[in-house]
Amino acid sequence: MMASARKQRPFFTMEHPELLPHLFRTEFRKITAVLGKQLGVEHLEAAEDIASETFLAALETWSYKGIPDNPTAWLYSVAKNRARNYFTRNQLFTDKIAPKLTDSPPDFGEVEIDFSDKNITDSQLQMVFAVCHPSISVEAQIGLVLRILCGFGIDEIANAFLTNKETINKRLFRAKEKLRLEKVAIEFPNEREINSRLETVLMALYLLYNEGYYSESQDRILREDLCLEAMRLTYLLIENPPTNRPAVNALLALMCFHSSRFPARKDEKGETVLYQDQDETRWNQALIAKGGYFLHRASQGNTLSTYHLEAGIAYYHTIKADTNEKWERILQLYNQLLQIAYSPIAALNRTFALSKTNGKPVAIREAEKLQLTDNPYYYTLLGELYTDLDTDKARTNYQTAYALARTETDKKTIQKKIEKL
Amino acid sequence: MDEFILIFRHEDASGRVSPEQMQTWMKQTMDWIGGIAAQNKYSGGNGLPFQDARVVRPNNVVTNGPFGEIKETIGGYTIVKADSLDEAVEFAKGCPVLQGEGNSVEVRKIARADGV
Repeated sequence: MMASARKQRPFFTMEHPELLPHLFRTEFRKITAVLGKQLGVEHLEAAEDIASETFLAALETWSYKGIPDNPTAWLYSVAKNRARNYFTRNQLFTDKIAPKLTDSPPDFGEVEIDFSDKNITDSQLQMVFAVCHPSISVEAQIGLVLRILCGFGIDEIANAFLTNKETINKRLFRAKEKLRLEKVAIEFPNEREINSRLETVLMALYLLYNEGYYSESQDRILREDLCLEAMRLTYLLIENPPTNRPAVNALLALMCFHSSRFPARKDEKGETVLYQDQDETRWNQALIAKGGYFLHRASQGNTLSTYHLEAGIAYYHTIKADTNEKWERILQLYNQLLQIAYSPIAALNRTFALSKTNGKPVAIREAEKLQLTDNPYYYTLLGELYTDLDTDKARTNYQTAYALARTETDKKTIQKKIEKL
Repeated sequence: MDEFILIFRHEDASGRVSPEQMQTWMKQTMDWIGGIAAQNKYSGGNGLPFQDARVVRPNNVVTNGPFGEIKETIGGYTIVKADSLDEAVEFAKGCPVLQGEGNSVEVRKIARADGV
């Protein structure tokens, strides 16, 4: 009685308000990856459409007939049927029309669509390599990762990038066109290519993580989701022996160390709490330990990537106490990082570390050589360095920083610093 | 933007300095290089250890190390990017090697492939 009553419950969302969104989050990407892999890069759009239609079918069916015993299996079987229909239609196309065209779709024959765990994982991994392809821009790579491998909606992606749906739609459409034209195969790169292809993938995942960590988007949950997705995909690479490389472990370590501060870096009002003002008892020690574990694994072998150095820097930031040793290590890691990969932000952070080890006057001399005069953080750093030494100069620099600041969060932070002078 | 090589000449100090002194020199060198890299002007560099060194002369004459007539010899180099020789010289002035009496840093422009 109970069971049948459950099955006949008309509106499942009342009892399991989270079920469909949850399934969407976990299964949409699996369906898209498996179908995309099977259909090939020229049919990525179709794979996405079939996955979307499958969820629409679930909404329509389950709302009236109740949730099936195994919702995931239900989704897979509907997706399979729809994919078969698509294959058949294409088969018709292949047989009747394509002979007249040159760019014909593949011959699907008797199709077996495999939703085994192994094929899901393999398809996702191969898809990561396909969409993080050097022929498309890194913004497009991240967009496709979010859409195809994370199941994000176009509006969510637009929100994360602080742009509109049309821009994202266009960007993804063009990227898919490019992948089709380049005839990018959804497969593991061969031994010869894997290092350079993996570099592109890691850069996309690194930037996806940063997008979440530093995004100006007001949606905190969305931002943390971006970070978690980047971590999940990085972990997918670690679980796969051929891609379980030191740099991948270093990247995950970096992400773990940064993520440990999530609970402490925003106050109740959603405003940023600066590192030195954070309550370190709210830092997630389990994540810090995980970061240590992956950093240890990353140090096996003799590669030293930028992710190793950045993970090292992030590790020392998980120690709150302002010891000379901590800042000396951070300084030397930045010195090394700048030698292999210069960036203005690393140059500024390096100079901040220098002020902690060699004193503010030395750091001011070094800072003024940087001449990053269009960078608000350059003036924020100078403001910081002149604080307690020359209040007028500190204020002037902060005011320049304020004028150059690009985000409200940064403006607020600078304003607070000026008030404290 | 040109590239200049800064060639360090100093004495072989091994065996005559304390580990603490070495630590200090190491930090000074790393900070000096870091400062150049922070301006996006660092191209490369390396130390040249005094052990495992030989000088080869005509007629297959091989001697232990280049050190004979002069105490100061090449101990390392750094390649920097600079708009002018003067800018490269400014980088060289900060080199910790110069703390030693008699030491020197030679600044030389690296010839470009196009010969310009």
